Amino acid sequence: MKVEGKVWRYGDNIDTDVIIPARYLNTFDPAELAKHCMVDIDETFAANVKAGDIMVGGKNFGCGSSREHAPVAIKASGIPVVIAASFARIFYRNGINIGLPLLEIGDAVEKISANDILKIDTDTGTIENVTTGETFKAHPLPPFVQGIAQTGGLINFVKEKGTLSA
Amino acid sequence: MAMTISEKIIARHAGLAEVEAGQLVICDLDLVMANDVTGPPSIKEFEKIGKPVFNANKIALIPDHFQPAKDIKSSELAKIMRDFAKKNKIKHYYEAGRVGIEHVILPEFGIVAPGMLIIGADSHTCTYGAVNAFSTGVGTTDLAVGLATGKAWFKVPESINVKLTGKKPKNISGKDVILTLIGKIGVDGALYKTLEFSGEGVKELTMTDRLTISNMAIEAGGKAGIFPFDEITQFYIGCRVNYPYTPTNADEGAKYCQTVEINLSELKPVVALPHLPENVKAVDELGEIKINQVVIGSCTNGRLEDLQIAAGILKGRKIHPDVRCIVIPGSQEIYKEAIRCKWIDIFIDAGCVVSCPTCGPCLGGYMGILAAGERCVSTTNRNFRGRMGHVDSEVYLAGPYVAACSAVLGKIGVI
Repeated sequence: MKVEGKVWRYGDNIDTDVIIPARYLNTFDPAELAKHCMVDIDETFAANVKAGDIMVGGKNFGCGSSREHAPVAIKASGIPVVIAASFARIFYRNGINIGLPLLEIGDAVEKISANDILKIDTDTGTIENVTTGETFKAHPLPPFVQGIAQTGGLINFVKEKGTLSA
Repeated sequence: MAMTISEKIIARHAGLAEVEAGQLVICDLDLVMANDVTGPPSIKEFEKIGKPVFNANKIALIPDHFQPAKDIKSSELAKIMRDFAKKNKIKHYYEAGRVGIEHVILPEFGIVAPGMLIIGADSHTCTYGAVNAFSTGVGTTDLAVGLATGKAWFKVPESINVKLTGKKPKNISGKDVILTLIGKIGVDGALYKTLEFSGEGVKELTMTDRLTISNMAIEAGGKAGIFPFDEITQFYIGCRVNYPYTPTNADEGAKYCQTVEINLSELKPVVALPHLPENVKAVDELGEIKINQVVIGSCTNGRLEDLQIAAGILKGRKIHPDVRCIVIPGSQEIYKEAIRCKWIDIFIDAGCVVSCPTCGPCLGGYMGILAAGERCVSTTNRNFRGRMGHVDSEVYLAGPYVAACSAVLGKIGVI
């Protein structure tokens, strides 16, 4: 998938409680969750995010609760891909499983600022910062995990195979 | 090849003689667990797969987060899970009045045992490492696939050897051990890795201490936090587990990516300051921090020994006039035993609220939500911004000793 969009930039240790606070977990409707996405650290996000915008965080993005409501809320906000220095483990699995590409780029994330325009090829993991002219390469996914991502998530993967197999 | 506890359990469940860190494997699961927040979306995803549940006896569905229902939407979530449990004859479904906090009752009921491989749609599923299981949190989609296939994929994690030495001093509990460790290695110090505990100090830790420590492995980014099998595990499991299980200890020469030493005898009562569990400071280094609320409970510290510690402090004392102190036994059994021991009398005489088992306030659900500017000392596991209520409230994490003392003092401190 190729995307181009404006950056919403956040810091280190963005936890799933700020991505979608627990007071909104009494539903799992994606559109409803998107209305409250990031509200506790950025009240402007939900109202102003446009389909195709890109979310960029620092290290340990998505730490904390296992709530899949968090990547679901981000995806339903119209964000097609999240970039971070590193992702928390459960959030990372959840992103792959729901078909939200997550690109891990280590310290290179420091070279992306709020409102930069990025051009991304999620299949190759290539990220071009159109604003600064710099290009980065994301850490590649293991082939098995790529397979899950390419079928659009784990449910489709299991439906195609009839079970969970390599 | 010499293997860690994690490698041994994963290899056995992948049908392989050995595995090593970094390898991707598909494993058979011994238990698949969800709660009333994560269960309903998992059920919806499960239904898309179009298969029956893999084994109704190996599934636990625990309504504990917003139950007894805090509002209409939460009640409807609970109903989805209740109807599913009934229709599919799920063995481990417990209704209000018989249920408790998931990570308290699963060990207490003997549903988790040494050597098991468990996934749960709750990040604190790592708690069961205390009873020598490999147990980790997942999201709703992994759980849905687990419900249908009894399988999950894993990247075999590297392990950090947490070597415990020395004797545990008075007034120090598992919470001080794990907060000190997280303070040392940071909230991503164990990212994608397992914490495996070892050393002479392990025998100093009660099962309650171990459950608290394993519970918060995720707060260091860990995939699991596992204790070796010893006499304390044997004693705890002995009267609860009535089926075969496989004690699993690390081989001599197993490979660890890092060793961290903690000398228990040097530990002091600590607190994690807002807004990350790694912001750990000794209580005696803090200035005057006035508080409005104290919570004693949760999957981290809602067990009998935790209530005993709190009752020991609160006996004959009063909660500070400016403080609300909420005590939440983690299970009905714990609640009953605390009544029998007269600790509930102590709490009520001191001026505490005593609630039925629930996750409620820990995640800002209900039963003690904070207003703007309020501070809470809590024996729970997370102090993220807005975790327990208003985005401008503050949570200070501590063990039951510091929490109970602070409730009396009206500020963070020890008596």
